[in-house]
Amino acid sequence: MYEEYAVVMKGIVKRFPGVLANDHVDLFVRKGEIHAVVGENGAGKTTLMNQLYGLLHPDEGDIYIFGNKVIIRGPKDAIKNGIGMVHQHFMLVGNLTVAENVVLGSETTRGGVIFDLREARRKVKELSERYGLHVDVDAKIEDIPVGMQQRVEIIKTLYRGAEILVFDEPTAVLTPQETEELFEVMRRLKAAGKTMIFISHKLNEVMEISDNITVMRLGKVTANLVTRETNPREIARAMVGRDVVLRVEKPPHEPKEVVFEVEDLWVKDNRGLDAVRGVSLKVRAGEIVGIAGVAGNGQSEFVEAITGLRKIERGKVTLLGRDITGLDPRSLRNMRMTHIPEDRHKYGMVLQYPAYYNMILGKHWWEPYSVRGFLNHPAIFEGSKELFEEFDVRPRNVNMLGGNFSGGNQQKIVVAREVSGNPKFTAIAQPTRGLDVGAIEFIHRTILKLRENDVAILLVSMELEEIFSLSDRILVMYEGRIMGEVMPEKTTVEEVGLMMAGKRLEEVRT
Amino acid sequence: MEKYWGFIIPVVSVLVALIIAAFVILSVGKSPVEAYIIMVKGAFGSAGAIVNTIVKTAPLVLTGLAVGFGFRAGVFNIGAEGQMIMGALTATAVGINLGWAPPYFALSLTIISGMLAGAGWAAIAGYLKAKTGAHEVVTTIMLNWIATYLSAYMVQVPLAVGSGTPKSPEIAPSAKLPVLMKVGPLEMSAGIIISVIAAIVMYVVLEKTTMGYEVKAAGFNPYAAEYGGISISKNITMSMAISGALAGLAGVVELMGVHHRFLGTLSGGKGFDGISIALIGQNHPIGIIFAALLMGALRTGSNEMQFAGISKHIVMIIQGIVIFLVAADRIVRTMILWRKRRKVKA
Repeated sequence: MYEEYAVVMKGIVKRFPGVLANDHVDLFVRKGEIHAVVGENGAGKTTLMNQLYGLLHPDEGDIYIFGNKVIIRGPKDAIKNGIGMVHQHFMLVGNLTVAENVVLGSETTRGGVIFDLREARRKVKELSERYGLHVDVDAKIEDIPVGMQQRVEIIKTLYRGAEILVFDEPTAVLTPQETEELFEVMRRLKAAGKTMIFISHKLNEVMEISDNITVMRLGKVTANLVTRETNPREIARAMVGRDVVLRVEKPPHEPKEVVFEVEDLWVKDNRGLDAVRGVSLKVRAGEIVGIAGVAGNGQSEFVEAITGLRKIERGKVTLLGRDITGLDPRSLRNMRMTHIPEDRHKYGMVLQYPAYYNMILGKHWWEPYSVRGFLNHPAIFEGSKELFEEFDVRPRNVNMLGGNFSGGNQQKIVVAREVSGNPKFTAIAQPTRGLDVGAIEFIHRTILKLRENDVAILLVSMELEEIFSLSDRILVMYEGRIMGEVMPEKTTVEEVGLMMAGKRLEEVRT
Repeated sequence: MEKYWGFIIPVVSVLVALIIAAFVILSVGKSPVEAYIIMVKGAFGSAGAIVNTIVKTAPLVLTGLAVGFGFRAGVFNIGAEGQMIMGALTATAVGINLGWAPPYFALSLTIISGMLAGAGWAAIAGYLKAKTGAHEVVTTIMLNWIATYLSAYMVQVPLAVGSGTPKSPEIAPSAKLPVLMKVGPLEMSAGIIISVIAAIVMYVVLEKTTMGYEVKAAGFNPYAAEYGGISISKNITMSMAISGALAGLAGVVELMGVHHRFLGTLSGGKGFDGISIALIGQNHPIGIIFAALLMGALRTGSNEMQFAGISKHIVMIIQGIVIFLVAADRIVRTMILWRKRRKVKA
């Protein structure tokens, strides 16, 4: 049975207390194809894959690998059946080399005791060359970029003999270039006859790389699509259960006075090198200024510097006519500056705090949350509950720990906190990274509402689509400098793309 | 369920430790039941025993709170011992010169000077960490040694009195803590009340105040705390200072309530016991009171066991196992889950 399929999961049911995570899910993956599994956060994709990898066990249903019915008790069983998992959060040891990481746990030995590094290096090198993975086998993991770390993860699975590779949201941590490189690798693996399952909620990527698509929603399969015969709109509808606006409508809005101004800003990165080199810009009330650019061109350092999290070496920052250069985050927040950070786990939330405490972070010393040094718990609860309602955070439980919410809902908590309480200026970095289409639409609408309320908004994003659909003006940053300023309706993706690659606007337009 | 782990883990750990120690006692040919009965009697069997246990508990509560507060704030104050010494030493220097002062003045001045000394001593490590990144574990250990030798010098030269064991003069009677209860030669001072009040204050500060919110946020995630307008360097220095003030208070309570003079053995490792107590008490003020009581009772009870011919070092085994299990709380979690699973299957 099912001989032509690499993976068949039939009638999978998985219950968690109070949730039906997988409700009679069928997944058919043909040999040698790239099969996308898409769905919103919490749709049950990861649960399904964890059952395939043996991290969870189905309550009902059967799994067939290459036509044989199997019971997968744990990752070891999965590996034995030729299933490899490329995790979203890499399972690598930072201070070991690439080769050491690959063989970790299944080391080749001489005489049963002596670790044979030379043999390990040879095998890793061979795998790297055969699939065009371009990794330096002797480099330490901590010294290589994220994209290469991911390729090490891929080699790890291949080293253990994987025929079926599961990629759990692999592009969430990658730059557009690295994503392209990953797709190149995947195509090469496909040509070598490997089967791949690609979990994602980025529709353009799914369209680009997959052969077939299984769409999940609320634990059920809602559509099985052939990539060639479908379009993003159809996938989005199956994912969300309604028509989704992939690009929100931006009403015209006249910007007012200049609220925020940066003059000749210089900032260093963690290694002490110049990351921002003389950036100047102005943001007016009711205006969204977008900063486009490839990740790592100084955008993060720029945002951290203007929000008080990083030292300003040189230059001047002005908010509402006041020089705020070098002020600490507390003073900036008192001046009604807010910040939606790019890394919500590192900066945006205290994962160990319940949601109601996360909802007041950065304004916890204000009334009514704090009265004469004591926390006003009833007011905090009430405020959080209202924001949960307004921003549709799920589940509606303000007592739940921040870390137990799904990524999309964590972001909603951060956004709700930072846009409420009448900000004058908001720095927004990567607001929709890792979110699904439904949540993206919601957050885009929220940002536009902020603009209508005459907040000055600085938007930093690696997603050109996002920059184009939200910004009133677009600045392109490359190696810490602004390459040029364009209006979204008077430019093209190509023009911005050239500036992202380091060409000045004058050079592009001549 | 998750809510109760903080309570279940230490209790189960203690029970398991008692069971394992029972086998040890058995293996040396004694009856564990008898040994434990003697131990409990030794700790709680008479008025004298109870007073003895409480006297031993009081400073342990305070060093436990000191370390526990540090943990909540994300700093590992391993220097409670040194802060305790500095607290007691400073309080001694103040207390011996207050013969002229009325009790309320002498008491508060001596207590406050001891707390400030502990706070200042710990703040050195906090400041170094905030400004230079020097790890507090290293700096507080070094400060411990400085405190140890400084106090040894003080009681041998400037503050020395009498002959024999180096010791300071007695503090003024007005600077001695009032005695709540007297059983034979044993005196129970108001130290235990100070300890319990300190625990309640710490609970209120951590759970009800804006400062507690900031301290815990900085302990959980310093990046998010800084993003949220909480100054990390200020918080580290302040948290260390508060932690040190509690340790200093432990020294003060030992001095003003028990010995009434500075002796080299006054701290006696109680600062280090604070680490275990904070761990067993899960850094919760109320948990720390009970953890300190457990330690105090084990210490008192073990003396009685020694008289009955069972080595008092058994309690060190019990203590060690408890700490091991609490620190490796996954073991206890797994044991409890196994039992649950078996029940589900049956």
